[in-house]
Order: sequence, then C-alpha cells, then structure tokens
Amino acid sequence: MRSVEPGILEDSKKRSQFVDIWRRLCKNRLAVLGMIVLLILVFAAIFADVIAPYDYAQQDYTALHQTPSLKHIFGTDNTGRDIFSRIIYGARTSLVVGFVSLAVGCLTGCILGAIAGYCGGGIEIAIMGFCDILLAIPQTVLAIAIASTLGTGTVNAMIAVGISSIPNFCRIVRSSTMTVKDQEYVEAARAIGSSSFHIVRKHIFPNILAPIIVQATLNIGKAIIMCAALSFLGLGIQPPEAEWGNMLSSARQFVRDYPHEVIFPGLAIMLTVLACNLFGDGLRDALDPKLKR
Amino acid sequence: MEQETLLSVKDLTIHYITDDGVMKAVNGISFDLKKGETLGLVGETGAGKTTTALGIMRLVPDPPGKIVSGEILWNGKNLLKVGKLGMRAIRGKEISMIFQDPMTSLNPVMTVGAQLSEVIRIHEKLSRADAAIRAGEMLELVGIPSERMDEYPHQFSGGMKQRVVIAMALACNPLMIIADEPTTALDVTIQAQVLDLMRSLREKFGTATLMITHDLGVVAEICDRVAIIYAGQIVEQGTLEEIYENTKHPYTKGLFASLPDMSSKAHRLHPIKGLMPDPANLPSGCPFHPRCDHARPECARRTPVRTEVTPSHFVNCLLYE
Amino acid sequence: MLRYVIRRLLTMIPILLGVTIIIFTMMYFTPGDPARMILGDEASEETVQELREELGLTGSFFERYWDYLSGILRGDLGTSYTTRLPVTEEIAARFPVTFRIACLVCLFSICVGIPAGIISAIRQYSILDYVVTIGAMLGICMPNFWLALLLILFFSVFLGILPPSGLYGWTSYIMPVLSISAATLATITRMTRSSMLEVIRADYIRTARAKGQSERLVIVRHALKNALIPIITVIGFQFANGLSGAVVNEQIFAIPGIGKMMVDAIRARNYPLVQGGTLVIALTYSILNLIIDLIYAFVDPRIKTQYARAKKTRKHAKPAEQLPQEVA
Repeated sequence: MRSVEPGILEDSKKRSQFVDIWRRLCKNRLAVLGMIVLLILVFAAIFADVIAPYDYAQQDYTALHQTPSLKHIFGTDNTGRDIFSRIIYGARTSLVVGFVSLAVGCLTGCILGAIAGYCGGGIEIAIMGFCDILLAIPQTVLAIAIASTLGTGTVNAMIAVGISSIPNFCRIVRSSTMTVKDQEYVEAARAIGSSSFHIVRKHIFPNILAPIIVQATLNIGKAIIMCAALSFLGLGIQPPEAEWGNMLSSARQFVRDYPHEVIFPGLAIMLTVLACNLFGDGLRDALDPKLKR
Repeated sequence: MEQETLLSVKDLTIHYITDDGVMKAVNGISFDLKKGETLGLVGETGAGKTTTALGIMRLVPDPPGKIVSGEILWNGKNLLKVGKLGMRAIRGKEISMIFQDPMTSLNPVMTVGAQLSEVIRIHEKLSRADAAIRAGEMLELVGIPSERMDEYPHQFSGGMKQRVVIAMALACNPLMIIADEPTTALDVTIQAQVLDLMRSLREKFGTATLMITHDLGVVAEICDRVAIIYAGQIVEQGTLEEIYENTKHPYTKGLFASLPDMSSKAHRLHPIKGLMPDPANLPSGCPFHPRCDHARPECARRTPVRTEVTPSHFVNCLLYE
Repeated sequence: MLRYVIRRLLTMIPILLGVTIIIFTMMYFTPGDPARMILGDEASEETVQELREELGLTGSFFERYWDYLSGILRGDLGTSYTTRLPVTEEIAARFPVTFRIACLVCLFSICVGIPAGIISAIRQYSILDYVVTIGAMLGICMPNFWLALLLILFFSVFLGILPPSGLYGWTSYIMPVLSISAATLATITRMTRSSMLEVIRADYIRTARAKGQSERLVIVRHALKNALIPIITVIGFQFANGLSGAVVNEQIFAIPGIGKMMVDAIRARNYPLVQGGTLVIALTYSILNLIIDLIYAFVDPRIKTQYARAKKTRKHAKPAEQLPQEVA
C-alpha cells in the first residue's frame, strides 16, 4: 500500500485511506481498549483539578499512612496527602513528560535521520556515528547520566529521556528514507526537476510517516517508564510535585507496613504504558496490513 | 491409446474462511491426469490454480483454508481420507511439488545438499553418506556440479535454485510432479532452460506433470492437455490441439486474443475487459458473464454445466449447451 | 572470518572514543564545584583552589579532556572524591556483581523466553498462546522498580523467605534478576513468537512439508534456526536492559554494584565515579555487542559465506549457470 504515492492522490482517496486505517484499527478490540484508556487518562489529566478530591500537595498530619477508605479511596501517604488525587495529578505529569520527551527525541531524531538518509556521504557518517556513540550506552544509563548533568526537575527529565531516544528514531527514519529515496517515483520527481526540499516534503515524508508513527506510539510507554525511573532514583521530578515515580520512591521505605502506597502508583504506570502499547500495536497492524496475521 | 488414470480430482471445492468473509478460491474443479501425461492448468493470477495444487498435496493452510467437498483419487485412493502419516509418505515420494518462487522456497540456513538429502532420507532407508551421494547425482542431473552441495541457497542464482528445487522434486522418482508456475519468477532465457530441463527429465522418467501456469506459451511448449480455470472453476478442457485450434469458451478466446501476435503487427491487442471477480463475492450464474461479450440474461441465472464438444474436449458455457 | 573480527574491533575504537567525549562533556558542564563541596563552606578560597588543582579541575576543556583520555589509556579513571580511592578499584570491587546480574537476566530470559515464544507460535490462538501473549504484554509494561517492590512485598514481607536487601549469597540475586527480567523476558518471548510465526509461513517451510517431512522435524530442523537469527540481535539490547535495570534496582535491593555506586555518586556529585561507571557499562555493552555480531555472522550463512568463502563463490557461480544442456 505504501508504494502508492500519496502526494498525487486526490483528496477523496486520501480520506478513504485514512478511513481504511481507522476501520482496521477499530476492528482490533485491544487497540480500541488501549485508546479508551488513553482517552480517559488524557481526560483525567486535563480536568485533574476538578476530578481530584484533594490538592496534590495538601498535607494532613492527622491522617498519615491511612489505608484505603471512603474518604481516601487509595489511602494517604507519609505526609497525609491523598494518593488518589496525587495519581490523578500524576497522570498530568506523566503524560506531559511522556509526550514532550517523545517529541524532543522524535523531532530531533527524524530530522537527523532524514538528513543522513537523504544526503548520504560525510554528513551521514557523522550523524550515524553520533547515533552509534549514543547507542553504545544503554538507554536508561544514558538518561541517568544526562539527568545528572542537567540536574533534577521536570524539564530536565524530559530533555534527558528525549535525547536518549534520538538514535532510535534517527536510525528508523534514515533506513526508511534510504529505501524510499530509491523508489521510481522519487527518481521521477527528480527527473522533472523538483527541488530536494520539495522531494523530501512531498514524496519521502508521507511515505516514511507510518514507521515513525508506530515507533513513536511504542516509545511513549518507554519514555513514561524511564521518566518514572529517573524520578524514582531522585534524579527527575521532585516531590511535592505529583509524579508516579517519585510517589513510589517516597513510599518505598514503608512497603513493609503500608503496601497500598506502593501498589497504586505502580498500577497507574503499568496501566498507562499498557494502554499506549496496545494502541501502538494496533496502529502498527492497521498501518501495515501486510503484517496482519 | 488407453492409459491408466493416475489422478482424478472430482468436484473439489476449497474455501478460505477469513474475518472479511469466505473466499471461494476453488469451486467444484474436476479433471483427470493419466500416467506420464502433462496437463496444463491455465488461468489468471488468483483463479485458484495454486490452491488446487496445495489441495492435492493437502497443504492448504488451515486455518483459514478448508477443503469443503470433493474427492481427490490418487491411484484409486481418496487423498482427502488419508491420515497425516499416510499423506507424509505420499508427499515427496509419490507426488512432489515445484513451487513458484525459487528464491524463497529453499531454506536459507541449510546447505543445498542437506536439503536434497533430506527428502531422500525421509522416503528411502539410506545412510547419510549414501543419501549425500544420491543428492550429488541429482544435482548433476539438473546441470549443477555436485561440488556445490555444501553451498547455501543464497550462493545460487534464481535459475540455479529452481534447478535445485526440481532436483529435490525428482529425487525419489515420483509418479507425478505438480509444477506451480515454475518459470514465472525467472528471466526469459533461464525460463527456456528450465522448461527444457523439465521436458527432458519428463521424457527420461515418464513422470506425469500437472503444470500450473498463466503463460499460454509454456503450455504450448510442454503440455499434452489443457484445462482453463476461471474464478475457481474449469471453463474448458481438452487436448492441446483442441484448445488452441478449436477454442470454444469466450474466456479462452479472450486469453488468446490478449496475446501479442507476431504475424499481424498492425492490430492492437484485445484484452479481456474488466477484472477477475473477487473470490469473496462471485457473480451469480456463470462467473464470467460480467466480462463476456456473448453474455445473455440467462448467463446470470444459471451456472453452465460441462458440455461435451468431442470425447476429449469439454466446455462450460451456455453457448454450447 | 578473521577479517570480519578485526574490522568489527576497529569500528569499536572511534565509538568508544566518542563515548569518552560525551561522558567527559556531560561531566564538564555539570554545575557545582566539587572542591567546594568536599571542603565545605568554611574552607578558604586558597585551600579550595589547591584541591581543584589536585583533582585536575583547572585548565581548559581540551586540556582536561586530554588528561582524562590519557588517564583512561593508562588504566587510570581518576580518584573518587569521597573515599579518595582510585575509581578503577571502586569499580573492580563492584563490577562483578552488576555483570553477574545482567548475565543472569539474559540467561533467564533466553532460557524461558525462547521456548515460550516457540510454543506460543506453534499453538497460535490456543489458551496457552493467550496466556503467554498477555503475560508478555504485562511484562513489558511493568516498571522493573515497581515489580522489585512487589517482589519484596511478597517474598520478604509476606512469605519471609528471601532477604529484602544486601548481598548474602545466591538468594540475594533471585529478586533483582526476576524483577529486571520481566521486561527482557517479555521482549524475547514476543520476538520469538512473531519471528516464529513469520517463519512457519515461509515458502521453504511449505517445501519441507511437501517433502513429506514430519511436522516436528519441520519445526526443529527448518523453522527454528531461521526464527532464531533475528532474536540473536535483540539479545544485545536485552543485555543493555539488564545493565540499566541493575543500575535502578541495585538501589532498591541495596546491592553493592556499579548501579548503586553511580546513583550514590550522582547524589554526592562524585563525578569520577559516575564517569567511570558509565564508561565501564558502555565498554561492557560494546564488547557484548561485538560477541553477538560474531555469533550472528556464524549462524547466518549469508554473512558467514560473505567473509569466509568470498573468493570460492565468485569462481563458481557464473560458469555453472551457463552449462545447462547436458541433461539426459
């Protein structure tokens, strides 16, 4: 399907292609489930102030370490903050951090990858060498090292995770660009004298979009887990900011006596990542019917 | 010339049951194949030729494929009733198959020699060394030096790989070979070499061949009889001469008309209008009627039955009933 | 084959050089003055300046990088600010623990994941397949540090059979390895399953069946080796995950490995230890990737022959194509 050149397709055809993908996606029950969970999370993140019964930083020293009850449905933590409210606000943090760090990595990686794949030569060697160097350090270790340079904080955590994911995108975009570049329709475009920028934008980009989207959706989950890991180690987002990783970090020492403080934030991370991955898998199958079954 | 019937396919129907509906790939195909004879099964891509072949080998992938009804009589024995073990003894030994794409039909991580000896050792009680010797002989037979036994498929060209596949098919002296578009994936010059090879081997061993192809040139070159298949049904069958000289069915005529003719350069080609029907949604009555120039209202209502033109020539068309 | 090994080794050099540049640059730009941190606010500017010089914190970027690099080549990774011991010693004491954990994670994931993936693929759409698929999905989504806490809750608090922290014999390795393995095991299982599913639909599998081969041998002899080739490449990634996981989880289980050392060092701004730890991890990972590439080349004949018999093939291929006539 991807061999069809979308640039020359008429509007109606473009729409029908989109409808096709959408229909295939909706047939996949797990992907729909993931999508629904994601929508609920996004909703919770946007309207956190309305949904959450307490403020995320509101401490209550008369109600420390409470087990789940009607008043605090997920209980309270070591400073009496309502865990349910913190998880709702944490959704905001985690989703923002996940998406922004993904955008950082994805955009940089795609641009570098497209340049490398399209230009070739010395530029390609330099860019891919840079990727190889980053890839020589395991991703989480790299993120930890970058975070330690930048210091703690939400923005720094996002940059650290984003940078560490650049090589993944760079490689995929480069290899897809290289395959697409050699297709006949690109040669045809070059033969009629289109500019390089025009070719990349109109012919190459639409055709490498699918692998980028798939890689991106599957990477959100990873980004969320990594940010949580940084916060868990105390290198990312700091309390009292509500973030699932730092909630786990502060609950960790009480695991023996108050297991609920550990269980709920972890469940929240897992559910979010699960939803992202189910949706991503579904999207991949929908975008690439050849891989079906 | 009364010959023994080797294979008799009767009313074979194979469907693929998928989420998107039932694909009616093969719909009541019947044909016979006599000892030493070559039958050409001709049709467009998607007409159900390969499915028929896989059906005979009982290799239709299940799910989603299902042999719905019919009989496949092999030496009088219904292959659809033979158990797994019995089928394994037949495959490669009595009936073997040459696949369409030699590039992918050899295991990339096994040496060619190992793949050849494998089929020999499955069916004949030979030691590893003896099987290797036999494998080497088979390679020489198809024109490949036996020293190349220890090489891997990727070290061979497409034509060479197809020779290896042919050697594998012939290794146990089968009674019948099913050749599924054996030359489609090859260059024209290599095609001719492979066809030559197949013809000479057939003369040498007297193996019956079911030649599946969409190429009428290939058919003219090596077949004794021809069956034309359209949308999972045989629309016309007869001897080579009958089909080529006394074409009856409009579809067969269309096939010939869409071939370029060297003698009359001035004329344009006459392709058959329209496309093959979707196997999930076949037209009623005669499946060819939407594309047929001679279609009558009746054609959409009634499925034509097999009509005899001569004792060896049959056509399924209301024009001749 | 030797040529391949040498070429592969040579490509490692610029990459590792690049790694040192990146690590050094990161630490160079880290804010804060270690000398001031060590001596405290009361110390006079002179003593701080003296310590700076002693620690090699003066000089331009390039001077300092050159010192760092030549130090590495001499096997000197600097001195820990806190303990004043050579970094190499600190790392040597802790590296085996982390390495052991990463290897155990890989081993466990391979030994369980590959069979699980194969069975799941062969019995596609069976209950077993669903159990494996769902389990693998959950394994990938579960943060390993959370799983670690759950395991402590279950094995140490609830059952009381495993030590929750510290390093006391082999039992201390069980929980860290299990928690880190969740994701790697799941990845390997999923990879095996999808690779196997792809392979058993390949034409050469149909060819093998058409030969009359038994279903079991079709899988064992034809499908397995082909399916394993792509899996070998992910094993390198899994080792990286094992190392990363160890860095995070050693903290939870209070296991004295490189990971705990690094995280503690980051908190104490003890840069030489962070630099050294990162470098050693990158080096280990690169060497492992080299080994995996070699295994890959050995298993996949397409790569093996490219290097081993390049000359021989070229001699044969063409002429044989052109002598088809002497049949029959």
